[in-house]
Amino acid sequence: MEEMVTVYLLGKKYSVPAALTIMDAMEYAGFKLIRGCGCRSGFCGACAVIYRIKGTTDLKVVLSCQTKVEEGMCVGKIDSFPINKRTFNIEEIKADDNIVGQLYPEIYSCIGCNACTKGCPQGLNVMQYIAFAQRGAYEKAAHASFDCVGCNICASRCPAQISHAAVGLLCRRLTGKYIAPKCEHLAKRVAEIENGDYVTLLKKLKNMPLEEIKELYNKREIEK
Amino acid sequence: MSAFTEDMLKSMAKVEATRAQRLNAAIERFSAEEKDALLQEFHPDYSAKGFKVLEVGPNKGDKVPVELAHLLEGQSRLEGVELDLDNIDYDVDVLVIGGGGAGASAALEAHKGGAKVLVVTKLRMGDANTMMAEGGIQAADKGNDSPATHYLDAFGGGHYKNIPELLEKLVTQGPLAIDWLSKLGVMFDKETDGTMVTTHGGGTSRKRMHACADYTGAEIMRVLRDEVVNCGISVVEFSPAIELLLDAEGKCAGAVLLDYDSNEYKVVRAKTVIIATGGAGRLHYQGFPTSNHYGATADGLVMAYRAGAPLIYADAIQYHPTGVAYPAQIYGALVTEKVRSLGAQLVNSEGEIFMHPLETRDVAAASIIRECTTRHKGVKALDGVALWLDTPLIEMLHGEGTIAKRLPGMLRMYAKFGIDLRKEPILVYPTLHYQNGGILIDEDAHTKIAGLYVAGEAVGGIHGTNRLMGNSLLDIIVFGRIAGAKAAEAAKATTLGKLSLEHVKAFAAAEKAAGVSGELSPKLLPVYTHGRKAR
Repeated sequence: MEEMVTVYLLGKKYSVPAALTIMDAMEYAGFKLIRGCGCRSGFCGACAVIYRIKGTTDLKVVLSCQTKVEEGMCVGKIDSFPINKRTFNIEEIKADDNIVGQLYPEIYSCIGCNACTKGCPQGLNVMQYIAFAQRGAYEKAAHASFDCVGCNICASRCPAQISHAAVGLLCRRLTGKYIAPKCEHLAKRVAEIENGDYVTLLKKLKNMPLEEIKELYNKREIEK
Repeated sequence: MSAFTEDMLKSMAKVEATRAQRLNAAIERFSAEEKDALLQEFHPDYSAKGFKVLEVGPNKGDKVPVELAHLLEGQSRLEGVELDLDNIDYDVDVLVIGGGGAGASAALEAHKGGAKVLVVTKLRMGDANTMMAEGGIQAADKGNDSPATHYLDAFGGGHYKNIPELLEKLVTQGPLAIDWLSKLGVMFDKETDGTMVTTHGGGTSRKRMHACADYTGAEIMRVLRDEVVNCGISVVEFSPAIELLLDAEGKCAGAVLLDYDSNEYKVVRAKTVIIATGGAGRLHYQGFPTSNHYGATADGLVMAYRAGAPLIYADAIQYHPTGVAYPAQIYGALVTEKVRSLGAQLVNSEGEIFMHPLETRDVAAASIIRECTTRHKGVKALDGVALWLDTPLIEMLHGEGTIAKRLPGMLRMYAKFGIDLRKEPILVYPTLHYQNGGILIDEDAHTKIAGLYVAGEAVGGIHGTNRLMGNSLLDIIVFGRIAGAKAAEAAKATTLGKLSLEHVKAFAAAEKAAGVSGELSPKLLPVYTHGRKAR
């Protein structure tokens, strides 16, 4: 007999197999998910839920596709959280002038409560990357926030009303575009292609008889 | 307490016992003849019972997976619905259906081309297979590589079935795509001097796999989505398109949406339409689990087919060799090919290596299935059998800390369920991963229907009958951008006639005449009950 647990999904009591994730338990219970379900692999941040074990004080916020059900779990959903993303022209902004602080001045309202970090299902040190952003260390903020899936659980817990995921994303875009070293071999290849350097070679391959190209493929040298 | 069962641990001990001797062993690749024989005997695409011959539509006489056939030859959600098509909810130049990487790239280029753009998507913007693409994106941008070498790798890997003109676009625009993404701020893995960190993928002859740790697709998707917002492009979420609209001349002229919140229909009139609806993993062909997104149900193929657009290679499905076979909570999820790129070997229950880790996906999947079936060297896992992917090899080869740095997503996914892949190997089995075929397009991403464009996984022909790792993140960018630019340009010269759903009625009449009937389609979302019997 399969081990079962009792859970309360959006306030309703169900008995579900103990091996299921919260998301699967909702489907087992008969919910047809539209909101709050995405990649089902922990990469998209669509499925944040909030729960407490019945009778306890602690609230926990997790991704429902990555968390197993437990006895007495009372689960509510965070399908859509209104973050405050500022728009910008990536070509016009620069990675200095305190651009992140200008676009997101609320990062300076951080009171250091660390609720963001405690809530992060990815285990990121969210408060730390906000601190990096505060002092203009965008590359550090970029790396520290890199594994963010944008579930916005941090934002839902923040007394300073910061939109952490948006801050991290801006730091990463600044890093990718402006701070990371430029790639010379890429620039060279782009120039060659724009100059039409490979047109003849590709034309030859496109028109090569099948047996000839098979031979070429099967005998091609493979980089170690 | 170990997360593995006792029987698994017994087999794991054999894997550990042979690890040192396997570490630097030279492993032969299969010959062309061996590969052909393996595929014939063990690849699911060669199983006759998984397919049905279509009886109506532009591909009448062709075989496609049974589950797809039931939808292509299905019943329109608008059958019997009286819709006033003069009552237009959204009137735009370019309609993009789908909010993944291809849709976002198309929307950005169409916007740049001066078009009024609307993106509609079934779930949220960015809820797509792009977000889940872990391993990397190919592009021939290094000194020892060239677009021609990339062409040859993809053409051979695709069994020489790739449409040459499409493949040429893919490989020549590859470096341009990386450049475009870099300039938008995508953080590729680089050396301190700016050199791209690149690895092999199955079937590549040069190390041209660019990556953003193992969040490559997620990193690309979140940047593109952010840019769509920055550009002020209109996005309507939770509103899947359920039929295309044509005008009196047969030009594509918009779509009918189903608003998931109100359950009402919405009419979009658009001068040109781009389908970017992605793949079909959630149709679970032949009962396979899938690594795909919740919304991957081939909706675009169904709508385009009903409107008269032919498909190509719709019978060629990619089973990713390494899906999670254990534990149950992440069953079917993707274990990125980058794990093998970094040196992890596939090993059977006896601790023996049975193939080169970097064979192409179809050959690797067939080889795993052979090991688990006729050779009886699988490990029992959940309801089936599986093989080991020997991940601790990675740190023996590249040093401690490599997994945390290069595969943080994989490390985290397993850690949540009590498995440390730095220390223990993991159990894998092929999972339904990619639709190699799709809607036929030309070099401009244009279909046989005037005004209808396609980009991304919904396209067929670019990859022949087997796509190489890293070529789909590339194709969504390359063909997404082409589709967006061309659709915006074409919209300028387009005047639409009266909107019509006559093609849907005509298709239903053809089905009736042929005596076929299928399911309500497009399917939109799968239904799961996890073993509970639903009434």
